[in-house]
Amino acid sequence: MTLPPGEYFVQGNEACTEASITAGLKFFAGYPITPSTEIAEGLARRLPEVGGSFLQMEDEIACISAVVGASWGGAKSMTATSGPGFSLMQETIGYAAMTETPIVIVNVMRGGPSTGQPTRASQGDMMATKWGSHGDYQVIAFAPASVQEMFDLTIKAFNYSEKYRVPTFLLSDAEIGHMRGLLTVQSNIKVVNRKEMGVRRMDEAYDVPDDIVPPFPTFGKGHKAAASGMTHRPDARIEPEDPQVHSDLVRRLNDKIIRNRKDINKWDLLCPDSKHMIISYGSASFGAREVAAADDRIGLLRLKTVWPLPEEPIREVASKADHILVCEMNLGQMFWEIKRVALEAGCKKVELLTKIGGDPPTPGEVRHKLREMGAI
Amino acid sequence: MELFDFYRKDRWPHVFCPGCGNGTVMNCFFRAFNDLGWDLDTTVFVSGIGCSSRIPLYINADALHTTHGRAIAFATGLKLARPELDVVVFTGDGDLGAIGGNHFINGCRRNVDMDVICINNNIYGMTGGQASITTPHDFLSTTTPGGNKEYPFDLAEVAVAAGANYVARWTTRQVHELTKSIKVALEKKGFNFIEVVSQCPTNFGRRNKMADPTAMLDWFKENTVRRDKARGAAVDHVDLNLAGQITIGEFVNRDRECYQESVGVKGHGNRH
Repeated sequence: MTLPPGEYFVQGNEACTEASITAGLKFFAGYPITPSTEIAEGLARRLPEVGGSFLQMEDEIACISAVVGASWGGAKSMTATSGPGFSLMQETIGYAAMTETPIVIVNVMRGGPSTGQPTRASQGDMMATKWGSHGDYQVIAFAPASVQEMFDLTIKAFNYSEKYRVPTFLLSDAEIGHMRGLLTVQSNIKVVNRKEMGVRRMDEAYDVPDDIVPPFPTFGKGHKAAASGMTHRPDARIEPEDPQVHSDLVRRLNDKIIRNRKDINKWDLLCPDSKHMIISYGSASFGAREVAAADDRIGLLRLKTVWPLPEEPIREVASKADHILVCEMNLGQMFWEIKRVALEAGCKKVELLTKIGGDPPTPGEVRHKLREMGAI
Repeated sequence: MELFDFYRKDRWPHVFCPGCGNGTVMNCFFRAFNDLGWDLDTTVFVSGIGCSSRIPLYINADALHTTHGRAIAFATGLKLARPELDVVVFTGDGDLGAIGGNHFINGCRRNVDMDVICINNNIYGMTGGQASITTPHDFLSTTTPGGNKEYPFDLAEVAVAAGANYVARWTTRQVHELTKSIKVALEKKGFNFIEVVSQCPTNFGRRNKMADPTAMLDWFKENTVRRDKARGAAVDHVDLNLAGQITIGEFVNRDRECYQESVGVKGHGNRH
């Protein structure tokens, strides 16, 4: 049974666990890694209760492989990991993109590179999420900034992954994963199921044309489907030598996400017409949120979707702002993308407040940086 | 079922070289599958990367052609998500024993219901003949121009030690025994492993004075020994399957509880 509507006091990772069950998760494969382990532990208990399967695999490569295999069987599937495990998964993330397999990957980010800081928060995997596997591909990624969003955005991650047949990420971090807070579960939660080959239903997954997102040929239903990471024609015949086939396929895989940015992008906006805007996401936005709430000269654009980059709201605020401050817990990853869009939109000054080591930037640090920029 | 009900005719011509052993294994598999009267619509073929891993793409059933070495992990997820489907993995020596060694060992240990057929041609064929983990000692390959100074992996013995329910090894010379073993494996619960030592005249034989496929088959004939007749290996000697020969036969046939049974998944393996 899924978590009944009501109010709960839970940990971020627990909120993610329950949300995945609500979204229809039926298969999870995981490997112990701090700070994501609570998700695996929770699902080891919860999945059998709802008729699903939990499996602890021999490594993260096996986890994501099993997750993709289960998805081809028609099960909504997920894995949860952190930095080192995430690096191991990259090849198969590319495979999932190429074979258009709906899967959800939760990355509870910790300080890297390498083993780094297993128990401390970071946003160091933003670019690894976008570019980690080889080749050109697009993914969808959400960055929660509260226990509530761990729940809400996990459900969104499943819904978009199913709708667009694409690997979708929840980029949480040690701070939010281990934070305890209020979770309100609504009664009418929207759940999207993938468009199946040979089935017509009146629901959201079918809103996307078949030539952009082909119907999913679930195994064991006589479709004689052939999933391959090799370049293939629309009829699944592999064609590794034909330049046109490759170009058509890879362009479509990218276009199906880029062209539907309006549908996928979610954000939160405080004081949209402010001359001094902060752009942030995830736990890096904690300090900025306090500053913006207390000072009406300061606006905040908080990205909930990070990939594909929500260019429209960034362009919108940048066209009105004199200063933009990007706040993130890495040495500048989303900053360069945001700066590109902001400069194009006519904003003259785009600066970066970066903080690594595990603590999110404090309101004091944000104010100090704004003063330095001459914004306040 | 006719041959071309089993194979996707529209996917031919295939990529295999003249004299390749894959065709023999495919033929044996087709016969076993057909004799058992199994249904292609409820069987999924999973593979990794390599020559032998192309086989599922030619079979007229659902196919999951995955990343290099990970076929067993993919198959594990698929089987647990859809316990009623039968899962068959085609793999090769490099795919299974080198890059996928960890998944192989843990697959045997976990004992999830699947049948793994490893076509061991002792070489990386698709990339042009580099030494693999089963290339015999002192044999030539493009990456061992002075002879292979490492010693080969005994995949079947590894599977026995790791806990597979059924383990057999044959060469492409013993087609009747191989067909029979495939039938046994298909009908058995748990993780079943069949290693088929196969010829790659193009990339293995050619560099080792066996360019003619029949020369390789003769080599198999002269160097195979039944497991019950194999002489004991010296403790410091690990070569072509422990005793300098290719040991063939059934290595183990047991009934360890398979994973789905132990976790109480219902309806696994629609024929068991």
